[in-house]
Amino acid sequence: MPNNTTLHTPLYDWHVANGGRMVEFAGWVMPVQYTSIIEEHKITRAAVGIADISHMGRLRFEGPGAAVFLAELLTRRVADMADGQIRYSLVTNEQGGILDDVLVGRYHNDYGQPYYVVVVNACNRAKIVEWIGAHLPLQRAERPGHEVIWTDVTRLWAMLAIQGPRSVELLQPLIDANLKTMKYYRGGQVRILHPAARRQGGIISRTGYTGEDGFELSVGAGIAPGVWEAMLEIGKPLGIVPTGIGARDTLRLEAGMPLYGHELSEQIDPFQAGLGFACHLVGYDFPGRDALLEIKKQPRKFVRVGLKMFGRRAARDGCPILADSKQVGQITSGTFSPSLGKPIAMGYVSPEFAKVGTELQIDVRGRKEPARVVQLPFYSRPKKGNKK
Amino acid sequence: MTPEQLLYTKSHEWAYIQTDSAGDKIATVGLSTFALELLTDLVYVDLPEVGRRVTAGEPLGEIESVKAVSDIYSPVDGEVVEINTALADNLAGLADDPYDAGWFVKIKITDESSLSGLLDYAAYQKQCEEEDH
Repeated sequence: MPNNTTLHTPLYDWHVANGGRMVEFAGWVMPVQYTSIIEEHKITRAAVGIADISHMGRLRFEGPGAAVFLAELLTRRVADMADGQIRYSLVTNEQGGILDDVLVGRYHNDYGQPYYVVVVNACNRAKIVEWIGAHLPLQRAERPGHEVIWTDVTRLWAMLAIQGPRSVELLQPLIDANLKTMKYYRGGQVRILHPAARRQGGIISRTGYTGEDGFELSVGAGIAPGVWEAMLEIGKPLGIVPTGIGARDTLRLEAGMPLYGHELSEQIDPFQAGLGFACHLVGYDFPGRDALLEIKKQPRKFVRVGLKMFGRRAARDGCPILADSKQVGQITSGTFSPSLGKPIAMGYVSPEFAKVGTELQIDVRGRKEPARVVQLPFYSRPKKGNKK
Repeated sequence: MTPEQLLYTKSHEWAYIQTDSAGDKIATVGLSTFALELLTDLVYVDLPEVGRRVTAGEPLGEIESVKAVSDIYSPVDGEVVEINTALADNLAGLADDPYDAGWFVKIKITDESSLSGLLDYAAYQKQCEEEDH
């Protein structure tokens, strides 16, 4: 049960008053679901669902030294980012282990000055804040012409995920930017055209953790309940529902997206996780770069795979993966896929068992269940223009 | 049957005790409304074979939702004499009818003293209220 050291998002009272089943998650009390995970999942795939993701940590960086500082912290190139651009990146330790996976976005304020927002996992926020402190000594933060001013704005801003094929329809009346032409992994600082926003703005990006088209919107904590209720009102004709972190997990799993604490940890390197694309090993030096250059040359011991199952019993985190009764890997996440109607899982296996089509077994609480290595993601949204 | 007529475990199984024509005491076992409302999104149920010996407090099967899997514990000592084979195909409707169509197994009780560990309706209600906080 939630205790009093856990944090509440600005929407906590709304969740409790509207049937949210509250659970503790990464130090926060969050709604796991309002009605049914399967229903909330399916409506997100078919129409639009909104989720409170204010537990996600958000760190804001500005000042003339911000770009270079982030370039020397993150595995991905930052210095060449255009205004309104967002990139997926990692933070690694000196050994190349993954400290966190993050989104970094570059925006500008009304005076044209750039700032960056780094979105970190809730479970890693304290660790990353400490890591930044250790890598940003005062003399550097205050060096004239190279100042870095950064703030943990997690508690000041709410963050809302608006996900699903009808998310543009839902959001466009509320936002003063053209959302239809906004590209994936782009965003900006926008005005919110609704009295509930009390003339405040927000930051929107075409990003998400569901595999659907959608957006993530950060707004001031004070206006979050009003903006949330305005979206539910406007979205009624679209069939909108509020969705909890239960559906967020099944949606991201179907989309083959890794989750820190499951597919990602300090013991896992980016290449085995299939995240080599997020590591630019030339240019700015960052913690772990030399180690990653070395790891990249070595053969992989384990690689991340997707597994589809055939029965009804789902593999869960920690289940051994077997080939001819010999353990060849381990499950990191598993659930019942509402879209496929079958259990799906992700895990790490030795590379010789990672080929798509390989037949394996998973030891699910003492019983062997057949599984097959499949291409990730398990689910891809229908592309525009494709005939159904 | 009604919830008031049943006995309960602390782990949210219910048991309905009857005496059959041969004079044996039979416990019909299911999961309470309280438990089913917590589980939601059920996808799978695993029931024991007929003939299996079960012990009060020991798992006799499992029930799985999208989110997690839970053990089903036997309320009594005995032997499984019948399982509800229709249950697996009706999991979506289980929460609507947990005390009639939603039974899981019938157990022939071999040790009646195992019944003394069960809660009556009032005691079980009290436990649920405490858990709800």
